[in-house]
Amino acid sequence: MSHITSLLMSLAWRNLWRNKRRTLVILFAIVLGVWAMIFTAAFMRGMSSQILSDTINNLTGHIQIHSKQYLDDPVIDHRFSLIDDQLFESLNNVLIKQTSSRVRVPAVIVSERESTGLVMVGINPDNENGMSFLQSSIVEGRYLKDENDSGIIIGRKLAERLETRLGKRVVIMSQDKDNKIVDRGFRIVGIFDTQMEALETGYIFMGLQTSEDLLNIKNEVSEVSILLHDMNQLDELVADLQQQNPHLDVQGWAQLEPMSRVIIELYDSFHLVWHLIVFLAMGFGIVNTLLMSVFERTREFGLFQSLGLKPGFIMGQVWVESTLLLMLGLFLGNIIAWWSVLATGEGIDVSAFAQGMEMANLSNIIPFVIITKDLVLANSVVIILGMLTSIYPAWRASRLVPADAITRV
Amino acid sequence: MASTWRFAWRNIWRQPRRTILSILAIAFGAGLLVFSIGIQLGQYDLMIQSSIRIYHGLLQVQKEGYLDEPKMRTSIADISSLASDLRKLSGLDAISARANGFALVSSDKRTYGTMIVGVQPEFEKKISSLPGVIKEGRYLSSDSADEIIIGRSLARNMQIKLGDEVTILGSGRDGSVAATIVPVVGIYESGSRDLDRNLIQMPLISFQQVFEMNGHGHSIVIYDEDVKQLDALRLQFQDLTADYKDLVTLSWDEIQPGVRQMIELDYASGWLMYIVLVAIITFSILNTFLMSVLERTREFGIMLALGYTPFNIGRLVMLEAFILTLVGLAVGTLIGVAINYYFYVYGLTFSGMEEIAKMYNMPATITPQISFESVFLGPAMILLFTLLAALYPATRIRKLQPVEAMHSI
Repeated sequence: MSHITSLLMSLAWRNLWRNKRRTLVILFAIVLGVWAMIFTAAFMRGMSSQILSDTINNLTGHIQIHSKQYLDDPVIDHRFSLIDDQLFESLNNVLIKQTSSRVRVPAVIVSERESTGLVMVGINPDNENGMSFLQSSIVEGRYLKDENDSGIIIGRKLAERLETRLGKRVVIMSQDKDNKIVDRGFRIVGIFDTQMEALETGYIFMGLQTSEDLLNIKNEVSEVSILLHDMNQLDELVADLQQQNPHLDVQGWAQLEPMSRVIIELYDSFHLVWHLIVFLAMGFGIVNTLLMSVFERTREFGLFQSLGLKPGFIMGQVWVESTLLLMLGLFLGNIIAWWSVLATGEGIDVSAFAQGMEMANLSNIIPFVIITKDLVLANSVVIILGMLTSIYPAWRASRLVPADAITRV
Repeated sequence: MASTWRFAWRNIWRQPRRTILSILAIAFGAGLLVFSIGIQLGQYDLMIQSSIRIYHGLLQVQKEGYLDEPKMRTSIADISSLASDLRKLSGLDAISARANGFALVSSDKRTYGTMIVGVQPEFEKKISSLPGVIKEGRYLSSDSADEIIIGRSLARNMQIKLGDEVTILGSGRDGSVAATIVPVVGIYESGSRDLDRNLIQMPLISFQQVFEMNGHGHSIVIYDEDVKQLDALRLQFQDLTADYKDLVTLSWDEIQPGVRQMIELDYASGWLMYIVLVAIITFSILNTFLMSVLERTREFGIMLALGYTPFNIGRLVMLEAFILTLVGLAVGTLIGVAINYYFYVYGLTFSGMEEIAKMYNMPATITPQISFESVFLGPAMILLFTLLAALYPATRIRKLQPVEAMHSI
């Protein structure tokens, strides 16, 4: 058996190179197709991973806990207490990497010249570290020292709009727990710069304790944001937390940011469609080339058959030829795709489209990401469909009638 | 000449199976390109239409610098009469003046900081679809009525209903305190999250009184449903406002650069995919062209001996490639247009579309564009690529030596 197999293999390999130019042309089509599949998949995967990490970094986290009505109506009324044994207990879960509690309410900021509405966020600077974009985005001044820090951090774009700058004082107005308007002056101690204008103009940050003092609350917050060690355990943990804290509202990022989820799902479903389209484009060429090589060899196949080789053997031989061709194309295509992904380094810079990207929840650098799942999908589409399509030429070859075939020139 | 065509046509059908497969490959590519370019362009039309229709208009006349830094003082004097002058001079009716401000708006229970816009109700109806999406109550009645309309989300957040009075507190153009109490006469729901949550409209004259505008306003919005008129209209209005110092005429994509950039980014990445796809298809059929030359060495030798020049034969080969491509393109384009026409009549929608549509504030069904550009751009690219590919085998004919060629099998 192994003798026949090795005979088949070496015959097939030599047959492939009987017409070098033709084989190279179709090989090039296959390599180009495989490259296009993997490279595009890596780009789309990069887009979705970027959307995901931006979504999680932009104050969302993996999971958030709120009071029941908060998501519908994010105001001070819908806060919850942190002095809660049950909550404390359930946050002490091994799956949880980090948590951060925040006060997050609408407010108005007034500078000497302008005023605007935004969201004021009270944070514990240490807990927030590593959870959101804030600390790494400070470009002027400093990050918050602690929960009691009396300064605030605002976005660069907001500072421009308000015609204010580092070190200036601004007034923050909001409603306290009794719905009375409260206001206090704060010094701007830090300016942050992100690629997203909406973040820069929509949020200001202060110490958690400072914000609680302003709003006349104590040990109460608007949300707890949670980061996991492993995102795959998200659904499980959401269910657990919700069950343990029925009076609160526990949501994963996909529910909190449905837009990001939809875009990621759309990209996901596009992978297979794109692979099929590319395969079809090269499939016609594969069949055509194989057919040409089969009909050229009519005489030869006739001879084989009259020498006693079974039609099955001839079919197998053509099939092995095409499989070899596909494998070679896949091999080269994968290597070139890998190489071109490596060559793009950190990703492509699309900052020329900054505001358009922002509308799609994206920042300005899109990395290329190759994951095993995508590689397997692209390669299996080519090999499975490729082998299926080459059945036809192989079958044609085996159907030639020896006497006719042998007499043909 | 006619005989050359007939000659080429017959040559193509010497290998019917190969020709049909090649035609199918080209038809597949052409159909796919016509379909997706039609969908893409249709979607862009929708995005542009909805972004200008709902609120921002096709053009805006503003004071220079207002777009970048929207400050109360960067205003246009006597804006109502300028607007009515422009209506008279341009002959267009859909021109309306606006003044923008920021204020704290309080109900009994809640206070929010939001945008307040003074509008001319009679003309606002012609430039914006917002007056048409009042879900409760009615739109503003006259230029000087003391009333406001408010978005659904804001109304819910403030816990107010139709007929309730709200307190508006802001600062006027001269820095004085602007305060008033007005009833809510209408609640709108535009579908745009930004507008529904953050925009209150009141009649222009009342606005000017409350905010001490002294007849000033911030923008004159011009609407025309034909986006193609943009450049002509822009020139016209630049001309009409040339006598006024510091006035600029801005187009929709300067006011909302995000939409334009999204479109450009999407179009660019779409074209990259198309080019890769067309390249794969080209290589896929290159073998057909190549073989049709290599197989016929003997025939070409005889033709050369009979007095045909290499140029004549090269032209014949090119003509064959051209006819084959043309047949494929015709079939593919017809199918593509047929599919697009079907969706043009019945609309195309897919899962996840609804949420995305909401984000960009457009309808959830896509109507493909059927235009010269959308139908012929893709096929033209394929024709170009395949003719380039056919050049390679055609040039090989120059190297043929008649005697040698006639001896080959």
